[in-house]
Amino acid sequence: MKLLVAVKEVATVEDSFEVDGTEIDDRYLGARLNEWDEYALEEAVQLREAGVADEVVTVTVGPEEHEQSIRKALAKGADRAVRVWDDALADADLLDVRAKTDVLRAVVEEEEPDLVLTGVQSGDDSWGATGVALADEVGYQWAAVVNDLEHDLADGTASVRRELEGGVEELTDVELPAVLTVQTGINQPRYASMRGIRQAQRKELAVKDFSALGLDPSAVEGSLERTAMYEPESESDVAVWEGSSDETAGALADLLREKGVAP
Amino acid sequence: MSAVLVVADHRQGELRDVSYELVSAGDGLAEQSGGDLHLAVVGGDVDRFADELDLAGVDAIHTIARGEEFNHDVYVESTEQLVESIEPTYVLGPNSVNGLDYLPAVANRLGRPLVTDAIDLETDGDRLELTRECYGGKVETTIELEGEAVVSVREGEWPAATEPGDASIEPFDVTIDEDAVGSTVTGFEEVTGGDVDITEADVLVSIGRGIEDEENLDLVRDLADALEATLSSSRPIVDNGWLPPNRQVGQSGKVVTPDVYVAIGISGAVQHVAGMKGSDTIVAINTDPDAPIMDIADYAIHDDLFDVVPALIEQFE
Ligand SMILES: Cc1cc2nc3c(=O)[nH]c(=O)nc-3n(C[C@H](O)[C@H](O)[C@H](O)COP(=O)(O)OP(=O)(O)OC[C@H]3O[C@@H](n4cnc5c(N)ncnc54)[C@H](O)[C@@H]3O)c2cc1C
Repeated sequence: MKLLVAVKEVATVEDSFEVDGTEIDDRYLGARLNEWDEYALEEAVQLREAGVADEVVTVTVGPEEHEQSIRKALAKGADRAVRVWDDALADADLLDVRAKTDVLRAVVEEEEPDLVLTGVQSGDDSWGATGVALADEVGYQWAAVVNDLEHDLADGTASVRRELEGGVEELTDVELPAVLTVQTGINQPRYASMRGIRQAQRKELAVKDFSALGLDPSAVEGSLERTAMYEPESESDVAVWEGSSDETAGALADLLREKGVAP
Repeated sequence: MSAVLVVADHRQGELRDVSYELVSAGDGLAEQSGGDLHLAVVGGDVDRFADELDLAGVDAIHTIARGEEFNHDVYVESTEQLVESIEPTYVLGPNSVNGLDYLPAVANRLGRPLVTDAIDLETDGDRLELTRECYGGKVETTIELEGEAVVSVREGEWPAATEPGDASIEPFDVTIDEDAVGSTVTGFEEVTGGDVDITEADVLVSIGRGIEDEENLDLVRDLADALEATLSSSRPIVDNGWLPPNRQVGQSGKVVTPDVYVAIGISGAVQHVAGMKGSDTIVAINTDPDAPIMDIADYAIHDDLFDVVPALIEQFE
């Protein structure tokens, strides 16, 4: 059984930052492997370690700089990686769900995985939609926001729990092949070991452009246009205590006593 | 004339609040674009749900009596077929866990652009402007698109519609390809158990990722003890296994309404705020003065929790 895990490098923002046009100024951006994808990857690696899967392949739509995060995924146990990039992607100012779906479809068709795992959402844009759109596009079954997966896929069914609102879980059986969007907390993602990091350098990381995947540049001509980005106007009328920590703690202690806490 | 179709959200026999909010959001769009507002109720007690959602602004309610609970295949096919019949410019659904399980597929089938988690919508009937958050609420962006779209709206952003209306209520026939239904819901389970019920607490000391390490939890345990308060947390603390699930506040955890909620090292992501915004008094201790939690906090200390918390414990010794 082959597993494909969609992993993405996401931008992180410093506490203080500036907006430049419709983007956050680069100077205030950092990068990390998307939090949700770390759990999807760990689940896949555990399935291979349990002997349920034979191979874990990651797929990333991103520029060369993102290879640092891809190597991290390889160090944590993925067997090989595919990275898709193309001038058409570099030129697009907003990659919408449609565009991501089209690109990932080409990779799914090439790899023919039995199970695709993605994160529930990415930590930067938080669309939360690519996994389900992809499933529908390639004719796979799917389940969104999965926080438990039984490691027994032998009968061609994935038994999952979907985490609904308010502490309620839905138990669902999903026929394979399928796409599952994985929620944080489904497992405890491992840290990469020194050995893993060394091995990652030698693992295959294939780079494909649109022509290699038989994609047309029009695949990323989205219909959405980002017209503004700004820091939300704070509606807050929060009272901020200033001073040393003794002073601020004192002010808070007074408030708490006033509210009848621990008199 | 651009019609709007909203799809209601329900679970275990009850409409979810977002269904009423969707009526407001849809009504706004219908008014701005001069079109009709259609509403779909798929599955469950459709007649009762239709009566409950017969609210001012809704022109037509389409009931689709298929199954008791949400099934994404049924929702996708129903919505797709309704869209083909009504031809609405905009399809609106909830950005709930179930919304995210079917709306992306609806948009994909219809070949329409999808925008999720919208917090504001504005249209002139042709161009739609949507507002959404990025980077965990640190910035907002506006997105524009021309023509048809599928949109999921954030829960709790629009007021719930309450005024009674006089919509036409009619069953809508859908053809569902049973072979295409590849997932089966086998049950529901409530996450229960654990040592305390945080919804009963008068005072909550709530800790987030700012605590950094499991061993640092003792610090906030000491604070909770000193304040005779109960310890709760944001999601990452539970995901890491540092506290049991019954301590988690938020969308997928517990909704709490204590007299005092002290949020320590918690940024205030929308899914967290959903669980604690009803607290009487909210205090935030956070190094980031612009963290979203500040928008709903009554009092704040913009400082390092590792300095403030020990000083606070000392105040109660
Ligand atoms: C479907 C879904 C459901 C979810 N359900 C929930 C839910 O029920 N509950 C929930 O909480 N989350 C939920 N989340 C996750 C949510 O999106 C956030 O990821 C999470 O709430 C972030 O937790 P946090 O605020 O502790 O961490 P972060 O967002 O990382 O914030 C940490 C904060 O600590 C501050 N900080 C760091 N160091 C210090 C210091 N030394 N002193 C003071 N402050 C410091 C930082 O400035 C920052 O503001 C859900 C997400 C999804 C997609």
